[in-house]
Formats: sequence, structure tokens, C-alpha cells
Amino acid sequence: MANKPESGQRIDKATGTPTVGHEWDGIEELDTPMPRWWLWTFYLTILFAVVYMVLYPAWPMLEKGTAGVLGWTSRGQLAEEISVADQARTTINEQLARSPLERLPQDSALMQQAVAGGRAAFLVNCVQCHGSGAAGSPGYPNLNDDDWLWGGDLKAIEYTLTHGIRQHGDDMTRFSQMPPFDGVFEENQLDAVIDHVLSLSSDANPSAVGAQLYADNCAVCHGPNGLGDRALGAPNLADAIWLYGRTRAEVKRQILAPRNGMMPKWEGRLNPVTIKMLAAYVHSLGGGENFVEVAKDPAVQVDEQP
Amino acid sequence: MNNPDPTSPDHALPGRSWADLPNDNPPEHLFEKRKQVHPQRIDGNFRRFKWLVMIVTLAIYYITPWLRWDRGPYAPDQAVLVDLANRRFYMFGIEIWPHEFYFVAGLLIMAGIGLFLVTSAVGRAWCGYACPQTVWTDLFQHVDRFVDGDRNARMRLDKAPWGAGKIARRGFKWTIYLVIAFWTGGAWIMYFADAPTLTVDFWTGNAAPVAYITVAILTLTTFILGGFMREQVCIYMCPWPRIQAAMLDEKSLLVTYKDWRGEPRGSVKKAAKDPDAFGDCIDCNQCVAVCPTGIDIREGPQIGCITCALCIDACNRVMDEVGRPRGLIDYATLEDCEREAAGEEPRPVWKTLLRPRTLFYFSVWAVIGLALLFALGVRSHTELSAAADRNPPFMLMSDGSIRNAFTLKIRNMESRPRRFTLAIKGLDGAVMWSGTMSRDDAARSLQIAVDPDQTQAVRTYVVAPAGTAAQDFAFSVVSIDEQAETDRSEVRFVVPGEAE
Repeated sequence: MANKPESGQRIDKATGTPTVGHEWDGIEELDTPMPRWWLWTFYLTILFAVVYMVLYPAWPMLEKGTAGVLGWTSRGQLAEEISVADQARTTINEQLARSPLERLPQDSALMQQAVAGGRAAFLVNCVQCHGSGAAGSPGYPNLNDDDWLWGGDLKAIEYTLTHGIRQHGDDMTRFSQMPPFDGVFEENQLDAVIDHVLSLSSDANPSAVGAQLYADNCAVCHGPNGLGDRALGAPNLADAIWLYGRTRAEVKRQILAPRNGMMPKWEGRLNPVTIKMLAAYVHSLGGGENFVEVAKDPAVQVDEQP
Repeated sequence: MNNPDPTSPDHALPGRSWADLPNDNPPEHLFEKRKQVHPQRIDGNFRRFKWLVMIVTLAIYYITPWLRWDRGPYAPDQAVLVDLANRRFYMFGIEIWPHEFYFVAGLLIMAGIGLFLVTSAVGRAWCGYACPQTVWTDLFQHVDRFVDGDRNARMRLDKAPWGAGKIARRGFKWTIYLVIAFWTGGAWIMYFADAPTLTVDFWTGNAAPVAYITVAILTLTTFILGGFMREQVCIYMCPWPRIQAAMLDEKSLLVTYKDWRGEPRGSVKKAAKDPDAFGDCIDCNQCVAVCPTGIDIREGPQIGCITCALCIDACNRVMDEVGRPRGLIDYATLEDCEREAAGEEPRPVWKTLLRPRTLFYFSVWAVIGLALLFALGVRSHTELSAAADRNPPFMLMSDGSIRNAFTLKIRNMESRPRRFTLAIKGLDGAVMWSGTMSRDDAARSLQIAVDPDQTQAVRTYVVAPAGTAAQDFAFSVVSIDEQAETDRSEVRFVVPGEAE
């Protein structure tokens, strides 16, 4: 173990090992030799580094770094992992493409997959208007509640997603237009209509004049009791949910100069499976309605436009 | 040049830097060639004890994964299983979920304090008997002895030039090393999957890549650390000897050479001529020959001594042969050594073991152990956690009522399917329904089925009539079985207009 003492070194009595020849405030360091294999591990790390530099990108050059003989890149690895993930999804996608949407709730595993996929697609395509929690904002419908302009079952949601709302260039788009009543009503008539409309959903003072004006002008679309008509996209005026606001000023504004919101058609932008998944996700937000098979003839669409 | 005395004024001159000192060491002094250790065969009480510990520890290691433990049809039947894929840890009757990992943390703390306890009571007993490095090194040294013969034969073979015979012997020996190493690595992975299935999968090439990689790494480390590095691991790599060096005190049991009795050393012949001039040590070097780390215990306690006590066996045998009392090398505390040297009676062993320090360690260790056992005994196998939706926090429904959405997680920690009653506590007038139900079926309580040993996430909508004020309420869960385990989770019902 013991080294021969060199000049300036002293042999430590307890261990018989030379010291390095200096002391720091009375503390001396023993000059214990390292084991030889330690040196070999050091050489091994050097060898590893050399091999690594040959195999992997290592040296920065003027344009780009050396590529390494394995040709590995982090981007390449990412692309590979994405393609593996895509392949893992093909089975689910095929199943979704095959199964009719209205049957989806019967297959809870597939439904869960669809909802998860729909959530991801929603965050990319829909949050701009409907918000990340799908709670909407004035003029942009809240998708969590149980009030639906055009229908809240899976097929109806899918139809809305596919063809959009008031989209030019799609004959099958959901379309309706509330006419502006600017100039139609006198000022006091307008107040009466507003009174009546607000009384539909609350115990505000009803107005007989307003009721008559409503029956003449509004009931054709919104229904005699203000329950709306989903075939026309006519909002339910008798519930607590107001797309454009529930104050007198807001209701007045909507009567005089109605805004007719638009939603893009997603057919052509998103594939049918993604649209199905989005429909499943929106349906799952808490207001989804059960699909009721009305027509036995499959050619007849349940939510066919008039 | 003379060796400067560090206390001399010349050496302590201020302003002298390290660089000024002559430092012309030739490079061969920086590194030391490995000295091969060829421990000699020995028999004795401690050797037999080492055999026993080795057999028990190796048996535990190799056999444990193959023990079966019936947990019913819904859980694995392996007695000890670390199921990483499903995040469950099974140990006989105990099943631990990831959120209960404090049990494992507690066991590790107990293991740590246990080492303190053992060290302060009996010194480096862990190093000497139970440490895997010691056990496997011992095993490999038996292989050496089996293939190459005892100490002298091995030393001869080491020095012999490489020829056909030496290559054959070395090849045979290293093959045995490799088989042991492979078996060691192979046993390790059995703790992480069903052992019989994994064995079949492993040999048919169907096991996961990580299984092969783990076996390869552990085979390599066992082969290198047990077959070649051996005592170098204890002396250079392991931090534990250093920590123990700081934990030992004058009352810790050590393997000690009683120099007051042994010195000066002299052979039997010399001692026969002049009995008064020599101590009991006949300088036969047997204690060095049998040492698995190649040290000389007569130089005093040192980092290389793992206190395996084989030198005690060797010395006792020699003392018996030469007719001198046993115990020239013995387990003794430093304090006892001083007393003995001064001619006093040594302290009784129980006094050495039962001293405040060991009692303190033991009580800490026992308190943690009892706390863990208590926690294990009273833990519930049903848990509920509720997380409120934050976006949107509330929802106005068309009839004016307010809906809040929650994600409830019901943990069924029993290995059988169970049903639970989920109920709203407080929040008058509120009803709830789950994501897979219709609002028409909303009620104050729901029944939820949860698969065995699973967590079931239930998306729940709670709707309260218009005009309900924001308030705290709770979900409760009760298992529908004899246990009737309960848990509850406090949440807040949020309404529009409440300042958030």
C-alpha cells in the first residue's frame, strides 16, 4: 500500500502512507494511490465518448453538425413515435368509422375513446368561439347546457358539425334568418313585445298587447308559447338561457337588428371520424339528448332541413 | 531530503503555497496495482454462520418470486410481486397502491435505522454477513476454490503463464460465474411479473425488452462486481464503510486483534526458547490468508475490514493447535480491549448491547414499525376524491337551475368487484346523475359498481334549484357489503355571480 516518500513528503504514522507534503491549518492529506482499475474506467469513458461521437450527432460544423453514422435525430425519433401512435389509433378510427353514431353510447369503451379524441379535436378547432370549457360567450352557444338551437342528440350535433350553420355554398347547412323588426313596431309596441317575451321565462308583468303582437309576428317561428323550433333553429324564449343576453336592451336590440350567428362547416376540413368524435365529446358535456329514431326509412333524415 | 516536520516553523511559513512545494512524484505512484486476494479455506463457528446466512439470503432471493399466495380470481397469485405495469405492490397479505407508497418509504426508513441499530450494537455485521456484495463475493470465492483449488494453488495458477490448461480452467470458472450472474439477474425480474409466465416468455423470446435488458445489466454487474471487483467494491465504491466508520464508537463490537496479548510476535520455536520475550501471536499469517478482503487485522480496525470474523476462526484454530487460549483475535469493543489490557474484567455483553444509543435506535425503529403496522391495520379499502370542474365552474340550465360538474374517483382497494352508494350530503334540493345516465333519473344517491382493485372515475352532475346559494357540501360513499366502509369528500357548490 505504502508509497515511497518523495521529497517534501512525510510518512503518516498511523497508516504508513505518505502525505502530499503540505498541511492546511494542521490538516494533512494522505497521498493514497488510486487503484489501477480506476484508471481503466477513465479510459473506458474516453472510448465511450469517441464511439458516441462516431455514432451520434456530435460536432458542430459551419452549416450543421455531424450527422453520426446511425443517422439518429430527435426529430426523426419524434416522427417515428408519432407514426407508431397513429398506427395504434387506426383500430379505433376504423371502429368509429364503421359504427353508426347513434349506436355509440351502447359501446362505452368506444364512446370513451371518441370523447377523448373529440376533446383533443375540440381544443384545436372549436375553442376559438366556444371557449376551452365549451361554455361559449354571448353570441356563441354554451355547449354544456341542455338548451339546443338545432338539436342535442348525437346525430343532430354531427349534422351541425358537418354542414355548419348559415354557411354559404352548402345546400344542407342549417339555415334560418330572423328578420329585422326595425320600423315594424311603434316604440310602445316594442316595449309590449319585450314585456311579453321576458314574461315567458319569468314572472315579469305580462302584456296583452305584447302577446297579440307576438302571436302575429313571432309565434310562427318561436311557437305560440315561445318554446322555439329546432327545425328552424328558432331559440326557446321561455327558458333561462339567452344567447344574446336577457336584459331589455339586449332583447330589444335582437328584435330590431337580429344577429344570425354562423358556424363553419367542418366537412372537408375534418375527416368524418373526427367529426364523430367531436359530436360524441359535445354530447358528453352534460346536455346531450337521447337519439330518438323517428323515421324508419333510413333515407329520411331526422333533422332534414325544410 | 529530510522529511519536514509539519509543526516546524519552516513548514508553517505564511505565504507558502502548495505550488511552491516540490512535487515531482513519478506517475507510477499515482495508481496502485490491484493485489489479488486469494482467501484460504477455513472452518469454524463464524464460517458456519456465514454459510447459514448465505444459504438463507440466497434462498430468499431466488425462491421468493415462486411462492404463491391466493388472492382470489381478480388478483395475481404471486406472494411478492411489484406490478409496475398496473401500479400495485403485493407482499403476501398486503397490497399497496401507489398513493400508499409511504409504507414502502417507511420500510426503507426502518431499513436505514435498522442499519444504524445493527452498526451501533454489533458493528459492521451487515458488511460481514448479509450485504449482497459480501454474499455473492463469498459464493464466487467458493467457485474459485472449487475450480482452481485452495489459496496456494490459485496463487500458483495466477502466476503461471497463459497456456491451454490455464485458459481451460479460466474459461470453465468464468462460465460458472456467468451462469450464477445470469441466474441472479434472471431471478430479479421475477419480482416484477408472474414468475412462471415470465420464465416461459423469457425463453420463447416473448418477454418485454426491458426484461432482457435488465437481465443483461444485472448479469454483467454480478459478473464484474462479484467475480472480479469483490473487495474493491467495499473499499472504493461503497459509501457505507465510510458512514459506518463515523458511526462506530468505543462501545461497538469490532473484530479486534488484542495486541497487548499478541505482541511481540514470535514463532513457536522462538517462544519455546525465550517464553517471556514473545506474546501469543506466532505470526503464522493465517488471519491474513483467510481474509476475503486481503487485510491484516493486526494493523487495527480499518476500512477494508468487513468484520466477517473468518480471521477469528483461523486464529482460534491455531491457538488450539499451539495450546494457547482462544480469542487472540475476537469480537470485542475498544472499551473492553482497554479494560482487558489493564487487567480488568470486560463488561458483560448485554451491557454492551443494551446501552442508551442502541435502545434509542431500537425505540425509533420500533415506533416507526408499529406506526406502519397500525396504519396498515386500520387503513380503509374504500376512498373517494372529488374534483370540481373549473371550466366552466357552473352551468345555468334552461329551467333556471344551476348545475355543477364533478369528477369523482372511487377507489375499490379490495380484490373483488364491489358496489358503492354515492350520495350528496347537504345542499338541500340538489340531485345528481352520472355522465352515463339521463337527467331524468337524477337522485340524491346513486349506486356505482367498481371493478376489483380499480379506481372508477365517475363524472357527476349535481343540479340545484334556481336560487340556491353557493355553499359547501360533500359527497359520501359507502360500500354495499359487510364492511360498509365509508369515505367522504368536501366540495363547494358554485353559482353564477359568486365572486370567485
